[in-house]
Amino acid sequence: MSFVEYGDTIKDGDTAIVFLGHESMFPVKVQHGTVTQTKYGVIRHSTDLIGKKYGSKVTCSKGGWVFILHPTPELWTMNLPHRTQILYSTDISIITMMLELKPGSIVCESGTGSGSLSHALIRTVAPTGHLYTVEFHQQRAEKAQEEFREHGVEHLVTVTNQDVCKNGFGVSNVADAVFLDIPSPWEAIGHAKSALKAEGGRICSFSPCIEQVQRTCLAMEEYGFTEINTLEILLRVYNVRTISLQIPDLGKAAEDNSSTGFDSSNPSHQGSPCANLQQGTVQFKSGVPLREVVGHTGYLTFATKS
Amino acid sequence: AMEGGPGARIREGDCAVLKRDEVFKAVSVLRRRKIIFEKQWFYLDNAIGHTYGTTFEVTSGGNLQPKQEVEETTTETKEAGTDNRNIVDDGKSQKLTHDDIKALKDKGIKGQEIVQQLIENSTTFRDKTEFAQDKYIKKKKKKYEAVITIVKPSTRILSTMYYAREPGKINHLRYDTLAQMLTLGNIHAGNKMIVLETCAGLVLGAVMERMGGYGSIIQMYPGGGPVRAATSCFGFPKPFFDNLHEFPLSKVHSLLSGTFTTETLPADPEDNALLEEESNGLSEEKQTSLQETEEESVPEAVMEINQTEEQETMDINAEDVEFKETKEKENKENVREKQIKQWERRKKLIEAAALLREKNADGLIVASKFHPTPLLLSLLEFVAPSRPFVVYCQYKEPLLECYTKLRERGGVINLKLSETWLRNYQVLPDRSHPKLTMSGGGGYLLSGITVVLDKGRSDPSNSEALKVEEPSSKRCKLQDLHC
Repeated sequence: MSFVEYGDTIKDGDTAIVFLGHESMFPVKVQHGTVTQTKYGVIRHSTDLIGKKYGSKVTCSKGGWVFILHPTPELWTMNLPHRTQILYSTDISIITMMLELKPGSIVCESGTGSGSLSHALIRTVAPTGHLYTVEFHQQRAEKAQEEFREHGVEHLVTVTNQDVCKNGFGVSNVADAVFLDIPSPWEAIGHAKSALKAEGGRICSFSPCIEQVQRTCLAMEEYGFTEINTLEILLRVYNVRTISLQIPDLGKAAEDNSSTGFDSSNPSHQGSPCANLQQGTVQFKSGVPLREVVGHTGYLTFATKS
Repeated sequence: AMEGGPGARIREGDCAVLKRDEVFKAVSVLRRRKIIFEKQWFYLDNAIGHTYGTTFEVTSGGNLQPKQEVEETTTETKEAGTDNRNIVDDGKSQKLTHDDIKALKDKGIKGQEIVQQLIENSTTFRDKTEFAQDKYIKKKKKKYEAVITIVKPSTRILSTMYYAREPGKINHLRYDTLAQMLTLGNIHAGNKMIVLETCAGLVLGAVMERMGGYGSIIQMYPGGGPVRAATSCFGFPKPFFDNLHEFPLSKVHSLLSGTFTTETLPADPEDNALLEEESNGLSEEKQTSLQETEEESVPEAVMEINQTEEQETMDINAEDVEFKETKEKENKENVREKQIKQWERRKKLIEAAALLREKNADGLIVASKFHPTPLLLSLLEFVAPSRPFVVYCQYKEPLLECYTKLRERGGVINLKLSETWLRNYQVLPDRSHPKLTMSGGGGYLLSGITVVLDKGRSDPSNSEALKVEEPSSKRCKLQDLHC
């Protein structure tokens, strides 16, 4: 397994994802002799995991079962240990497309943070591209490097522990794209420009506050970037539910026995209300929005180096 | 190294995208071909050789000229008002008439100069606020300083273009929704992907771009053949197409039930050998050829031509016997060519079928005008366990049903029904605010991950016994047809 290449069976040293059920999962480092505790019981790596196909069901000691999944950057994003606030797949998706990333791309990123975006970028530029990621916090830089190694992608990434605003990305005139998620991105625009290839390179800056965005856009303009465009993207998830609504009792008309106007002889079919006149309810399927949703992550500003 | 490299140059034959502000148009770069774009007529000849990203002006002759970097006339403290309380919009504030402006244009005066003239001849300009003046100048520049940038096609450019110009062709798939599909589907180099789309080939192109020519794609298609109009716009190098296969939807059921054959036509000696190898021997398919019957009727048609020609040439004198012979040879060659093409098509079909039969695809992408449920229920059979799948639908309701049916089927987890909400912003000092709202209208996605399909799941909602599915554990070589 690796984060950039699918494998079929679980091997010693893999990072696998244990899926327990709706929205409940966690990553696990597969190792001979190790056991993992779950609420359904114990998983013994040597007998339950190693050699099994990814996607298999594994029964735990107490009888309950879990699924073992092949890692992907998206699953990693949902399960990685947070050292900082991270970017989620919704933002990551639009960033990837708007920066025109693909196999072979050279990308620069700062800050590395918890490596959520980093893993996604590495996956996209593999096998011939490279990620240069800069992190000014020493422990975070080291942790990221360690994770990249464990996940079999260290040949695709270079982690540098420095301040991008002072010292840049460590490369010049090669990057197809630069990504900034730092407190003062306007201070790094100049460095971003010199890291980017001569023409056509793309830049993206992510900032939670509009004031940061304003300063960054000005800086981009000053440095001659074109096609400056700011957007935000939000995810709306729907739960699929079968809903029953009661039919109100409006009483009977004088002699007329017809009730609510719903034709009870109408064979019910998918998608249309199904009247249950005896119980006075109508059933239908609905995509119900969640009660609490993410209202804001950050503004994404894109531009092109001319 | 990246294909295209830094400073890729515009070449004849390329598919390029013309850009003016937020308007895009894809064109073929051909010499002496008149292009209409944004109310302007011009030839692309002069653009050839320049790098992508270059901005051009249209000269009076309809030729392109790279735009010179001009010094923005630094406005010394402009005279400006504070608000618009006294500005009356009576349509008479501009002193230049339509004809005056036309005269300027005909004289060949540059757009920049025209804008300057308009400002000087506007009675209300200096009463406007600075912001209003800015807005006015921007508006006039947009109209009179027609600059066109030629950009290299990419998923970003083409998906934006299609959504703005021809959303009907792509089932109103908004570009941010497409972006989600590519990421949720973990599309990357080395995958074996199954793609079913009726989006003019845009989704296929996007998948191909993210795979970089590595791995393989089997494009399922309805009807007679896959539509790849948008795909050709991406400008992929030829090797990208070596591992692009296609397979007709109309054969999916037969493939799943084990009754798939390609036997349709009178056999070639070579064909016979092929048929013996790959027929499952269970039952023979009806004569449903995947191509139109034109192929079958060719031999007869050619015969007819032969006969009429022979008739005609009989009347001509004997010196033309040679001519007659070459004509006959030509016709025989045509028939032979058609047969070869047919054989090759059949060969490709068998290859695609073999790839599908392995049931180990790394993912499934569906974006079509069809109801998604039957597609998912059958196409998921070809996907390995622990792999993502993403289905796009313009409408939410079919995905509600699809979700329900998938739950009943089992073998999928992490089902999620979602849409994305996208908003663009205007960011200017003291004038920052959202631009247009595009929420609603981007379409919906249903995504999930496959798992091993298990008999007797402990899920109470599942009453049916599900067959145990054993996907093949090895990826077979293409030559080995009995996977």
